[in-house]
Amino acid sequence: MNADFPVALILILGGALVPLVRGGMRVAYMLLLPVVAFAWLLMLPQGEFGQVHLLGQTLVLMRVDRLSLLFGYIFLIASLLNVIYALHVKDTLQHVAGLVYAGSAIGAVFAGDLVTLFVYWELTAVSSVLLIWARRSERAFRAGMRYLLVQLLSGMFLLVGGLLHWHATGTLEFSQIGLSGAGGTLILIAFGIKCAFPLLHNWLQDAYPEATVTGTVLLSAFTTKLGIYALARAFPGTEMLIWIGTLMTAFPIFYAVIENDLRRVLAYSMNNQLGFMVVGIGIGSELAINGAVAHAFADILFKALLFMSMGAVLLRAGTVKGSELGGLYKSMPWTTGFCMVGAASISAFPLFSGFVTKSMIMAAAAGEGLLATWLVLLFASAGVFHHAGIKIPYFAFFAHDSGIRCEEAPRNMLLAMAITAALCIGIGVFPGALYAILPYAVVYDPYAASHVVAQLQLLLFSALAFSVLVRTGIYPSELRSVNLDSDWLYRVVAPAAVSFGGRLIGGVQRAGGAAFSAGIQRVADFILRESQPQGLLVRTWPTGSMALWVMVMLLAYLVLYYVR
Amino acid sequence: MSEPKQYWLDRSENVTKLYRGLWATGIALLALDLFLHKHEEFDFAAWFGFYGVFGFFACVLLVLVAKNLRGVLMRSEDYYER
Repeated sequence: MNADFPVALILILGGALVPLVRGGMRVAYMLLLPVVAFAWLLMLPQGEFGQVHLLGQTLVLMRVDRLSLLFGYIFLIASLLNVIYALHVKDTLQHVAGLVYAGSAIGAVFAGDLVTLFVYWELTAVSSVLLIWARRSERAFRAGMRYLLVQLLSGMFLLVGGLLHWHATGTLEFSQIGLSGAGGTLILIAFGIKCAFPLLHNWLQDAYPEATVTGTVLLSAFTTKLGIYALARAFPGTEMLIWIGTLMTAFPIFYAVIENDLRRVLAYSMNNQLGFMVVGIGIGSELAINGAVAHAFADILFKALLFMSMGAVLLRAGTVKGSELGGLYKSMPWTTGFCMVGAASISAFPLFSGFVTKSMIMAAAAGEGLLATWLVLLFASAGVFHHAGIKIPYFAFFAHDSGIRCEEAPRNMLLAMAITAALCIGIGVFPGALYAILPYAVVYDPYAASHVVAQLQLLLFSALAFSVLVRTGIYPSELRSVNLDSDWLYRVVAPAAVSFGGRLIGGVQRAGGAAFSAGIQRVADFILRESQPQGLLVRTWPTGSMALWVMVMLLAYLVLYYVR
Repeated sequence: MSEPKQYWLDRSENVTKLYRGLWATGIALLALDLFLHKHEEFDFAAWFGFYGVFGFFACVLLVLVAKNLRGVLMRSEDYYER
């Protein structure tokens, strides 16, 4: 085998060839692509391969180390699960886009230099927007356009930041960058957009719920986690990230409580989970980095599982609005069960994946004595159980019976959910397997008795708070509504400002134009008036006046002649 | 089917049973608290029932604040399409 071969091409080129294969062959072919790529990863030695020399710089297409391998593994697992989940989809475009998107995310993970990273960075943006547009509605088209603009903006920040960084340091290497120069700051903004930092976050909640049933699951796996990977690679131990991450864990959960579209609730909770990872990267200790990337690994699975269950609901019930749903456990018992496994995992119940990964970040924050951060993270941990762990399954599958009776999800979807659920529980029960592939050696035991009881208390009393609030009628009911978020700035304020500016310019034009056309009008009126019978222009002039005017002209000529 | 199938959760007394079970489990967990050897970084986290009390009031606060945020943030469903 040749370690120089960029593994991403297996999915990108392989995905592009999907339209040529049909029927059962296509199913086998699409399942095979991530499996082959995974086998390829397992055989790779560590080191830098695929080196290309360009403009005096060495580009590294394949940098294989523990960090890139970890993300490579999980991206390929996610890709395979997504292929299974989407097998019933007839739309070829979505299959191609899904594989190319996964492939480009993997290419970015193995990129050893900023140029290669930039190319794959942009490719993820362009391929992923197709999963939104594939919904083929006006609304999805607009949301996709907004999404694409934000993603390409991130690419521009990366490009300019990378060039400045190259100018300042003389290297294009994609490794620890830090905030020392302007280049580093711009690159951080580029990564921050992908990680959905506060105020740069809203593309996520705006676009993800507008994608297709299967597209949202794919989207949830790659873009933001690629941002986390890039952050862990280039900015570990950057203190500012602790505060950014802390903020990220807290503010989206308020939105999640009052949001009606359950896929949008999940998008907010995604923001909250990313916050935990960003805090871990900001702390930068071995335990914290391990926790951050392990949590990214676990999050890809449980978030995919939750989005899969909501996708199944959207497919069968035709909506994922909390206000319209309820009682679906009667029609979709399996989906309900899988959703609850995802809910338990994201809520970090002992024996589920989130518990063994998130607690490393919490322990690292406590170990560094970051009291405020630790308290906010604890608040966010209770909050995530509340809005994702309880609200999602409760309003979709239980609550009051909406009367909707539908079919259970298609078999391929159930299979994908079953495997994902098994992985979530597997990681929770046997954390050692995941710990073994983390970047640093793990000396951490999540299952200390006091820790387990503490976590169970936190979660159980959060559930009690929910029950009490629902039974007393204080809990806000699900309402058909939208909530203003930072996208309001570019969806309402900015267009209003542009239209106000347009009206201003138009007004000036009209005022000037009015004066101009009034002048023209006066001339025209004069000509018209004087063209009428007896008007100055059509009157019959006497011969004498003609002779008089000729004489005036000749005299003028004579005067001019002498003056000269 | 002449009459729709009755599920266990359709009966409100069963939901009440679940609710009471939840409280019972919570109290059992608090009782366990007494017998545990704790090693927390922050001293207050080792207080009796800290996590339970924190979780309960964190969620009540979260919901009440979010509910009031609706007054500021909530718009009709077609707000962006108008």
